[in-house]
Amino acid sequence: MTAVEESASPAPALEKEIGRDRRRKEDARLITGRTRWTDNITLPGMLHLAMVRSPFAHARITGIDATAAKQATGIVDVVTAADLDESLGVCINAWPITPEQVTPGHAPIASDRAAFAGEIVAVVVARTAAEARDAAELVEVDYDELPAALDLKEAAAATAENGGALAHPDLGTNKSAYWVFDSGQAGTGGDVEQAIAAARTDGIVLEREYRQQRLIPAFMEPRSTVVDPTGEQITMWSATQIPHILRFALAATTGVPESKIRVIAPDVGGGFGGKLQQTPEEMIVFALARRLGKPVKYTETRSESLMSAHHGRDQWQKLTLAAGRDGRVTGLKVELLADLGAYVAIVGGGVPVLGAFMFNAIYKFPAYHFACQTVLTNKTWTDAYRGAGRPEATFAIERLMDELAAEVGVDPLEIRQRNWITHEEFPFTTVAGLEYDSGNYEAATARAKEMFGYDELRAEQQRRRESGDKVQLGIGVSTFTEMCGLAPSRVLGSLDYGAGGWEHASIRMLATGKVEVVTGASAHGQGHETAFSQIVADRLGVPFEDVEVLHGDTQIAHKGLDTYGSRSLVVGGEAVVRAADKVIEKARPLAAHLLEASVEDLEFKDGRFGVRGTDAGVALQDLATATFAAHNLPDGMEPSIDAEATFDPVNFNYPHGTHLCAVEVDTETGKVTMRSYVACDDIGVVINPLIVAGQVHGGLVQGIAQALFEEAVHDEGGTLVTGSFVDYLLPTAADTISFQIDHTTSPATTNSLGAKGVGEAGTIASTPAVVNAVVDALRPYGVHDVAMPCTPERVWRAIQGGGAGGETPGAAAPHFDESTGMSGTVDRTTGADQ
Amino acid sequence: MTRINLVVDGMRVADDIEPRMLLVQYLREKLGKTGTVVGCDTSNCGACTVHLDGRSVKSCNVLAVQADGSEVTTIEGLAQNGQLHPVQEAFRECHGLQCGFCTPGMIMQSVDLLKDNPKPTEEEIRLGIEGNLCRCTGYHNIVRAVQHASGQPVAPNEVTA
Repeated sequence: MTAVEESASPAPALEKEIGRDRRRKEDARLITGRTRWTDNITLPGMLHLAMVRSPFAHARITGIDATAAKQATGIVDVVTAADLDESLGVCINAWPITPEQVTPGHAPIASDRAAFAGEIVAVVVARTAAEARDAAELVEVDYDELPAALDLKEAAAATAENGGALAHPDLGTNKSAYWVFDSGQAGTGGDVEQAIAAARTDGIVLEREYRQQRLIPAFMEPRSTVVDPTGEQITMWSATQIPHILRFALAATTGVPESKIRVIAPDVGGGFGGKLQQTPEEMIVFALARRLGKPVKYTETRSESLMSAHHGRDQWQKLTLAAGRDGRVTGLKVELLADLGAYVAIVGGGVPVLGAFMFNAIYKFPAYHFACQTVLTNKTWTDAYRGAGRPEATFAIERLMDELAAEVGVDPLEIRQRNWITHEEFPFTTVAGLEYDSGNYEAATARAKEMFGYDELRAEQQRRRESGDKVQLGIGVSTFTEMCGLAPSRVLGSLDYGAGGWEHASIRMLATGKVEVVTGASAHGQGHETAFSQIVADRLGVPFEDVEVLHGDTQIAHKGLDTYGSRSLVVGGEAVVRAADKVIEKARPLAAHLLEASVEDLEFKDGRFGVRGTDAGVALQDLATATFAAHNLPDGMEPSIDAEATFDPVNFNYPHGTHLCAVEVDTETGKVTMRSYVACDDIGVVINPLIVAGQVHGGLVQGIAQALFEEAVHDEGGTLVTGSFVDYLLPTAADTISFQIDHTTSPATTNSLGAKGVGEAGTIASTPAVVNAVVDALRPYGVHDVAMPCTPERVWRAIQGGGAGGETPGAAAPHFDESTGMSGTVDRTTGADQ
Repeated sequence: MTRINLVVDGMRVADDIEPRMLLVQYLREKLGKTGTVVGCDTSNCGACTVHLDGRSVKSCNVLAVQADGSEVTTIEGLAQNGQLHPVQEAFRECHGLQCGFCTPGMIMQSVDLLKDNPKPTEEEIRLGIEGNLCRCTGYHNIVRAVQHASGQPVAPNEVTA
């Protein structure tokens, strides 16, 4: 039966898949509408939910009258917190960043007090979604408004004694956790205070304050959850990035055994970190389906999504950089305030900690100090948004390097070169204690400059400055790196994160020779089905078309830690490689047996075991068939060559790149127009250039959006003003330009593919590149900062010297002071020189 | 309840519906045309774009009763006789989609754009699809896909980098 080739020449080798622009397997269904979004699911007897949400940022709930709602057509029930017992569970915080962290309990339904506008206070269950929404309007909730903690700095300073508004009055403080890294204490560098003192005597000290505005991930598919409790297992479909973590969290917080829960993430329409959460809505659907014994569905509206799905960023950064007169940095001190919102989300407290190791970026800083105070406010909770901590850090240091260049009077690329790690110095242990395994900043920068026409644009800029052109040209630089491929489990343990960072894969060799690859990474647009097929096709020497990649269902992929932190390829992909290698090793004795050769005489190449020095051989896919029949196996061999592997990385992964941006700024209107953008990224070995380009493009626009367009704005009562797509400005096609991208290649040494993560790179790099370009255009006007987003009004006010750089147009940015937990004060620097 | 008669993706249908029902709800909930999706509640995102008598409309912004007597084409009716529409093919070829949620609307809008303007410039493409939001692609490859579908050259290094 098995096709052992005695003398026939083997089939010609397949073209190598890694590095090919394979068109995506996923697309066939997505371009024809044969999609499986959670909201598409309809089950017999399914009931629908509508949420009654608090319109107030902070209010005591004094009464809920659902009488009229319950009498409406099609209403099954109206449920409040009082109707549900502890089986409802709680939303967990998986990353308490210090043992002393203050963590308010987070029930999915508020009982006596709502802590942000959008918090759920009651739930309507009905036959149809329309009936549920109609009845939700009839639920009468009485509120007594409470003082709301809204401003981040004021919230940090508030105490029960000073009468400041507290997000949770019973806690007596808004301060959640204070986390510090100091290179002197860690033994990774010197004392930053000494460096600053020395630079004050003879050198340069730059003090700056930057605002990371609040952003909304705004994935295109609104969140949706369906729970079917009618089987032996309770099955949840949810628009989530994290089916495995969610299953664990449901079990841990509701008492339902993990083995009785199946979570499926079907087609998921984007996440960007925004679907990395255990949400109140998921908990409520789960609880009500169990209580009612019927399938239950909830799909949010966009307005609900913008106000209740977690937000991102929202930090104040206070920075002190010390340097010699030659521009060589001698120390960096970072003090952050980070807005958690009303609750500490699943990894929300850890987001600034992910940035803590990245402020030193690609540079050799002798001394570094980082301190972060996380703060509770009466706003929507915050958590991971594309880059999670690393965009904030990269923005700060790349803005500072431009400021330093201006201070020293050299080109921004020159100041970077004076400070960066040279390619001969890898592997390099940084002042933050990370070991960068590979990189070549010189090469990426040289290529980016060439693509950009850097020298020509500088010359044009000079001409336009000299001629007093009303439209000024600005050139922005960002030489970024990041830590991704989350994450080595031991490191996560040392940071008090509640889980590991491994990933699991299994490979099933089917009877027909087809291959099923099961990954615990859970794609939501990244193209795992295509990229992982390419990896396996090469490794096993099977046709790309013969590989099927399965993911996003805890019953199919029984182990996994899902998709975030640019981890899928470098952690999940490596697990796939290791599983494939095990398949080959399991098949080897069977090949030897069938070929009547010794194992030592076999070599595996291009999908076939051959006997060295002969033409005899057998294809791996035929060995799969042979194990199915199992008629002729070596004595004692199990009839299977399936294998699985779990990979725990030993290090993070450090993509880097040089991004250059040219903008034109109309000095009469403040309007910023993107002119060109070049990204030369080093992400190691590229598996699929087409997919990588897509990740870079999309990442760039999200970062550009932070620089120019997006901001979650609350009014003074704490209501989200940007609560729909009318007001929250996602860039459109007309707001963006085409990009020029290329790569240099310094293979990662910590996975056998040599690959580095790319999912977050574009977003991390582009925000400072754009803001640096805007500021660069306006330096002749005395401007050294414009707060994000750089709207025409803010840019115009900065030009006028009126101080539009602040958080609110026309208003002075408040200072850090002792009461916020930060030391010292700084001059107001968010705006034009005064 | 109001009676409507229309043709959807070539099939004649008739239903009694609530007058307030939106066309997108009718397509999804009554006809099971779940290829068309809802991404917002303010008619900004365009994910629900379909063709109504040959013109693109945001089906969240049209009442089902307004489609009475009309012909509706959704993403599910675009391919003919098993052949993808050239715009569908171009989105795949140029990697003009990632998560795919905006894709049905983006493709339907692009088809309409090319009907009006068979050889649009990049700027015309960008303006023509600005009513459709995408969060994944940064629009770069969507623009390339529309150029490709129109038979215009697409710079190779911009697709394959």
